[in-house]
Amino acid sequence: MGSGGDGRRSAAVAIVSSALFVVVVGFAITRAPGWDEVKRTFFDWGYFKDSVPEIARAFKLNVKIFCIAEVFILAFALVLAVFRSLPGPVFFPLRALAIVYADFFRGVPTILVIALLGFGAPALQVQGIPRSVIFWGIVSLVLVYTAYVSEVYRAGIESVHPSQEAAARSLGLTRLQALRHVILPQAVRRVIPPLLNDFIGLQKDTALVGTLGAIEAFNQAAIDTSATFNYTPYVAAAVLFVAITIPLARFTDWLILRDRRRRQAGSVA
Amino acid sequence: MTDALVVDGVWKSFGRAVVLRGIDLTLAEHEVVCLIGASGSGKSTLLRCVNLIEPIDAGRIVVRGEEISARGVDVNRIRRRIGIVFQAFNLFPHMTVLRNVTLAPREVLGLSRADAEERALELLGRFGLGERAREYPDRLSGGQQQRVAIVRALAMRPDLMLLDEVTSALDPELVSEVLEVIRELAHAGMTMLIATHEMGFAREIADRVCFLDDGVILEHGPPDAIFGAPREPRTQQFLQRIVAAGRM
Repeated sequence: MGSGGDGRRSAAVAIVSSALFVVVVGFAITRAPGWDEVKRTFFDWGYFKDSVPEIARAFKLNVKIFCIAEVFILAFALVLAVFRSLPGPVFFPLRALAIVYADFFRGVPTILVIALLGFGAPALQVQGIPRSVIFWGIVSLVLVYTAYVSEVYRAGIESVHPSQEAAARSLGLTRLQALRHVILPQAVRRVIPPLLNDFIGLQKDTALVGTLGAIEAFNQAAIDTSATFNYTPYVAAAVLFVAITIPLARFTDWLILRDRRRRQAGSVA
Repeated sequence: MTDALVVDGVWKSFGRAVVLRGIDLTLAEHEVVCLIGASGSGKSTLLRCVNLIEPIDAGRIVVRGEEISARGVDVNRIRRRIGIVFQAFNLFPHMTVLRNVTLAPREVLGLSRADAEERALELLGRFGLGERAREYPDRLSGGQQQRVAIVRALAMRPDLMLLDEVTSALDPELVSEVLEVIRELAHAGMTMLIATHEMGFAREIADRVCFLDDGVILEHGPPDAIFGAPREPRTQQFLQRIVAAGRM
């Protein structure tokens, strides 16, 4: 490990090299022939201020879609991953179902699933089927992301050594009890970082529901843009998305660190 | 009196490799039997078969009069009665020592949390682990972890304990604390089937020693007979190699 002096020196070098990088890139961009035009159409402070409140209001819909979808995704994906991990010929149909499902929904572009369900399902005009595009947007995201997240869970389940299950079973726990108390808690802990990756992907993909006509942040920005022919509202929407995904990433880092510290606390003592 | 364990003509193979070739073995109540033999002779496999971790190909296994290897027997019910401890401890790393020990009594036997914890703390205290109850396994030494694994099996109050080379993964200086636990169990009358490489310990603690060679019990008898005057050439060879390696 480096001494305090080395640490300060590294920090200083990092700051200087970063500053240099920003200056060089900034210089290159602002010297580009089209910079003034780009600055006016994408980074106009006046348009930014005017469009932000409305886009922020619309962005609440993105957050809502994300939150509702995520709850179902986490639950369904876990069930699917467990299906896939069941051994023996009896469970072959469930395993096959899980594989076909994951292959299919990871293969079809999300925007197509949203278009097919969002425009198709309400058009059926069946009694009792919701006609809200937001509802079908959420259903589409749940279908697609369940496929991804189930693969993440599966990787976690497979990473738990078989001796753990053997130990649990040898104590008389049933397969299900072993799964619930011994395997899944370890599996989920290990896949928190890749799970968060999918969280972030989902948060961004909520913008796709806008293609159905729902007024979420991206759609609101598009409306503003088409009214003024200035693209700054898109930048405003991007800022909002980043503002929520970055804290999410830092939060997960913190969770992982806390878990590691808690388990290693005092191991030196 | 009914025997604690009867292994009757048990065969087991993995693919084309035949690991057990007709094992016959009987343990009376409170008897301690040590299995010795080279690695690959079938000691671990035999223990895993008795715990129904591995299904057997032929033969019968009877625990206190009940044929546990019969078709349709509820394996979970049988495993409650038979404790097994592995070479690699296999503690649950995401649970404290206390939860490791109380998990099965609560989930399988349906004990209340308070009852299970009382039972666990009493056992942990008895084996010098009372202070460690709230800690996670990765903060414990190997010897402590293995003692917790033994306590975890004991918390189910098994009729029979199977110990599968429980000191083989330990640093030499940690072996004795684990052997001490087993010694105490033997004195308390626990019926045990122990696969071990600790010949001195086997000689001291076992009522009977079985020498396994290539899937058969080649020779068995009181420890003094097996270690002092082995009849079979293979047993003599094996013990000579152990002595030459300074392990006895």
